[in-house]
Amino acid sequence: MTAMVPTAVGLAIAAVLFCTGLVGVLVRRNIIIILLSIEMMFNACGLAFVFAGSYWLQPDGQVMYFFILTVAAAEVSVGLSLVLQMYRQFGSLDVNTVNRMRG
Amino acid sequence: MTVVFYISAAVAIAAAILTITRANAVHSLLYFICSLLATAVMFFVLGAPFVAALVVIINAGAIMVLFVFVVMMLNIGPQTAEREKTWLRPRAWIGPVLITVLLIIELVYSLAYYQAGETIGEVVEPVDVGIALFGPYLLAVELVSMLLLAGLLGAHHLGRGVLKFGGGR
Repeated sequence: MTAMVPTAVGLAIAAVLFCTGLVGVLVRRNIIIILLSIEMMFNACGLAFVFAGSYWLQPDGQVMYFFILTVAAAEVSVGLSLVLQMYRQFGSLDVNTVNRMRG
Repeated sequence: MTVVFYISAAVAIAAAILTITRANAVHSLLYFICSLLATAVMFFVLGAPFVAALVVIINAGAIMVLFVFVVMMLNIGPQTAEREKTWLRPRAWIGPVLITVLLIIELVYSLAYYQAGETIGEVVEPVDVGIALFGPYLLAVELVSMLLLAGLLGAHHLGRGVLKFGGGR
């Protein structure tokens, strides 16, 4: 892999994907798209792991992607049920409607 | 094969940017699924077929179907049918379809080369990944299964009905 695609290029692709997700989290106010952007950041991290594993010719990068995938699945299931609760309580998917605390 | 890799990297980044710029959540979902499929092609070309299959089956298959379910559940009402009609205009699906056709062409091309053993990197076989998972990483696999159980219980508890927050005051 190092001969045909430099590792720096691969890591740069992962970094660009991660930054796209980060911009999505910071800019968008729709909570479903925020969750999608978090997924995108998970995926970019996994891409970097697989790149590193492919560089060292070890299976550990793919093992790390497996763990990232399970963490993402658990996060998405809880997050989406929170989205359902939010829609039932406030009738909106806009995160600006739920930023008031009642303390 | 390097060309295939760079094309799918460009597709992944372009679809990711389109994901965060679409106004409609369903369009974002479609483009994000395309981005994930492009990542899967990158993994396959890179010599990680196990992870490529994992991305297609679990990430693009299961997790994104969860998202689609939630988007569908939030749009129950009489105006759903006409909204469905507006979603199915060609302008909405032509972009993802073009991207996916490009990915299919790439995948067929790289499959043809995979027979000849010409991926970019050395192929790390799924056998090695499995041996690593159930050898030195066995404890982590058990912990991850506990995490999935916790996620299941949390989703069940939160999704049951309308919870009463702050009712004890």
